[in-house]
Amino acid sequence: MSVTEAPPVAKHPGETKTSWWKGDRSEPVRRNLGLVGVLVALVVIGAVTRPELYGDASWVQNNVLTILQQASAIGVITVGMTFVIIGGGIDLSVGAIVALAGVWATTLATQSYGAGGMIFTAIAVGVGVGLVNGLLISYGRLVPFIATLAMMVAARGLAAQISGKQTQVSANSVINDIASTRVLGIPLLVYILAAVVAAGWVLLNRTTFGRRTVAVGGNPEAARLAGINVRRHTVLLYALSGLCCGIGAIMLTSQATSAQAAMANLYELDAIAAAIIGGTLLSGGRGTIIGALFGVLVFSTITNLFAINNLSTEVQNMVKGGIIVAAVLIQQFRYKSLTNLFSRVKTG
Amino acid sequence: MTAPGEVVLALSGVVKTFPGVRALDGVELEVRAGEVHCLLGQNGAGKSTLIKVLAGVHRPDEGSITWLGEDFHPATPQAAMRAGIATIYQELDLVDDLSVAENAFLGHEPHRAGFVRRADSAQRTREILGRLGHPEIPPRRLVRSLPAAGKQIVSMARALSHDARLIVMDEPSAVLAHDEVGNLFRIIRELTAQGIAVVYISHRLDEIREIGDRVTVLKDGRTTAANLPARTTPTKDLVSRMTGRSIEYVFPPRAGREPGPELLAVRGLSRDGEFANVDLTVREGEIVGIAGLVGSGRSELLETIYGARRADAGTVEMRGKRLRPGDVIAAVKAGLGMAPEERKSQALLLGEPIHRNMTLSTFTGYARGGFTDVATERAKAQETADRLHLHPRDVNRAVRTLSGGNQQKVVVGRWLLGDTKLLLLDEPTRGVDVGARAELYQLIRGLAERGVGVLLVSSEVPEVLGLADRVLVMREGHVVREAAADDLDESAVLDLVMAGSLLEGEALA
Repeated sequence: MSVTEAPPVAKHPGETKTSWWKGDRSEPVRRNLGLVGVLVALVVIGAVTRPELYGDASWVQNNVLTILQQASAIGVITVGMTFVIIGGGIDLSVGAIVALAGVWATTLATQSYGAGGMIFTAIAVGVGVGLVNGLLISYGRLVPFIATLAMMVAARGLAAQISGKQTQVSANSVINDIASTRVLGIPLLVYILAAVVAAGWVLLNRTTFGRRTVAVGGNPEAARLAGINVRRHTVLLYALSGLCCGIGAIMLTSQATSAQAAMANLYELDAIAAAIIGGTLLSGGRGTIIGALFGVLVFSTITNLFAINNLSTEVQNMVKGGIIVAAVLIQQFRYKSLTNLFSRVKTG
Repeated sequence: MTAPGEVVLALSGVVKTFPGVRALDGVELEVRAGEVHCLLGQNGAGKSTLIKVLAGVHRPDEGSITWLGEDFHPATPQAAMRAGIATIYQELDLVDDLSVAENAFLGHEPHRAGFVRRADSAQRTREILGRLGHPEIPPRRLVRSLPAAGKQIVSMARALSHDARLIVMDEPSAVLAHDEVGNLFRIIRELTAQGIAVVYISHRLDEIREIGDRVTVLKDGRTTAANLPARTTPTKDLVSRMTGRSIEYVFPPRAGREPGPELLAVRGLSRDGEFANVDLTVREGEIVGIAGLVGSGRSELLETIYGARRADAGTVEMRGKRLRPGDVIAAVKAGLGMAPEERKSQALLLGEPIHRNMTLSTFTGYARGGFTDVATERAKAQETADRLHLHPRDVNRAVRTLSGGNQQKVVVGRWLLGDTKLLLLDEPTRGVDVGARAELYQLIRGLAERGVGVLLVSSEVPEVLGLADRVLVMREGHVVREAAADDLDESAVLDLVMAGSLLEGEALA
């Protein structure tokens, strides 16, 4: 994380000296440690409920890779979603964009252009739909919720239209091999997730684009009056989300060696939930990529925990819902105690 | 019922302090049944705080309030209401999507077994509206669909539904068109004829002359004159009681050198319903002040020059180059910077550290290939923080933790970092305590000496006169006077600002 600078030193009498650990910049670090704690707890629960599986080292290793692989596509999509939410918006259409991009990339016509044509198509469709979202929101002045809700319905409709509601099998071995390839024993998909997360972290924390995202989401009026092109940036944020959906579509298509209009169903909810429990403020202006990644890992570990215990997805969904509520409650509590702290150390 | 002329409300030595400000510093006030008692005072004189003390929003620190012969300490606005003191705020506190009757009886609806007796409350609302001379307003109509004057009547109906004996009206004419004011006065006369006392707050001397019985003048939180006859007290006496400040404003001396070439030229700038046909210029190193009340169009003018609002007509030129209307980015590129009126909502990212807020307009300039250079940003921000005597100096602190004056310094510092040639300041000292004010004045003057042009808007007349080289007075969207600051004094400006009653009234007589 970004806490590499020397701790702030109080230079005035009466100013409270705070260690970086308690300072406001370390807040995301502490939150992420909390999520690591949750992950550890989930693993402990797994080990306690299925001790015979956890006794087998190679099973554990495989299981970890399975969890990571399952987290890969949704993780990539969550990175895009995190940017949109930090920028003060929401993208309900990510699942539908994935489906449209996947279906479009696997039509017989597209497949005739080979793997490169398929990847290009998926990404172009993702970015294109994202651009439409962004233009509707910033120049058409639609509320993000409404614009992307409409897109969610429309994009899935178009995907069903294109595919004729059929499952489209990918005959391209390059695409299909992405999911089964391992490098140094680790699935390629996990490398893709790692690359997207790293790129997302750099983009958010080290570039002007990231700085604008925080400013636009934190206080759009202040950003506008400071001379930032809020509208253009908003368009770019949704395009970025679309780009991530395009990448995610290829990853999912490769895993299933096919695409269909119903794929990536309800991914928007998983991505939003992961971003939120990772500490992204739903009202914008604050959030971290690493937190979002941990959010995704928590969810895929829960899914895995239920799978190894042969429990139903119904129970799993109930637990997921509970975790989202608990995470947001904790977030509010943290935020309140933090502002209290601020008002106490306020020097005036 | 109290007899007409009997004292219903008496305040003595009322003091209310907020952190850094003594908002009320010894207020005396005496209101009689059936009279219209006017409160007069400049912005910041303590009128709003006084209203809120009466309404039970604030509790006074010292002094006594006697209401109907008894000590009065309302703990909540509801308690004040129940005791018979109703307040009609400038921004009417009605619920747009409820009906007239529902608003009138909001919080104390006639009910039985948990059900609102709609017919009963409609009937009682009809009676009250009749008393107010407006039986034509349907009680079941949604408040949203009423014009401003109608909403005000609903506010009064709410006051009467509580059986108010005293109604406090905060600039009630401000939301009304000219011909509606006469109707308001008629209602006020009917209320007072029923023995209800009215405390009337207005900036407009002509209104006070027409409707008022007695006047109490506030200045710096203190009563400077009580119970003057509203109709016969000469205007100059009223104005002099409102002005003549003590030590509060300390302005650095003017440089005494000629400003440089013309920087900003605004010609015929207009926006419908806000301001019309404004011409103004600012030269390098010159501070131009705009004096005017809230609603005179001054903030809107500033935002339009900056491109945050799009002009309907007229041009803005920076060094002879025309700026595209409604384009903030172009304005910033041309060297404009603005510190807006609402710091928190319009200028700052409160949760972000000081250095990021300071570099919000310049971080792209330090960046290389799209990557931000945080070290340089932090160093530049630290330099500026030191120059501005920011407290605390640590630029890693969140802006949220700073006081108002220091937050303002962060906003000004933002533009110092860039190549800003013209700074637009909208109420730069609002919410800033006295000590920090002096520092801000020094800072603004220092900028001008370095050749930066400054266009300053303030509702505090002494601030405009003390800081600016040249002053424009705005009233109701028009510039009514332009003069060198040395040629104006506080009472002259104040009089221009307040409906020009001196010019139209006594001066001509």
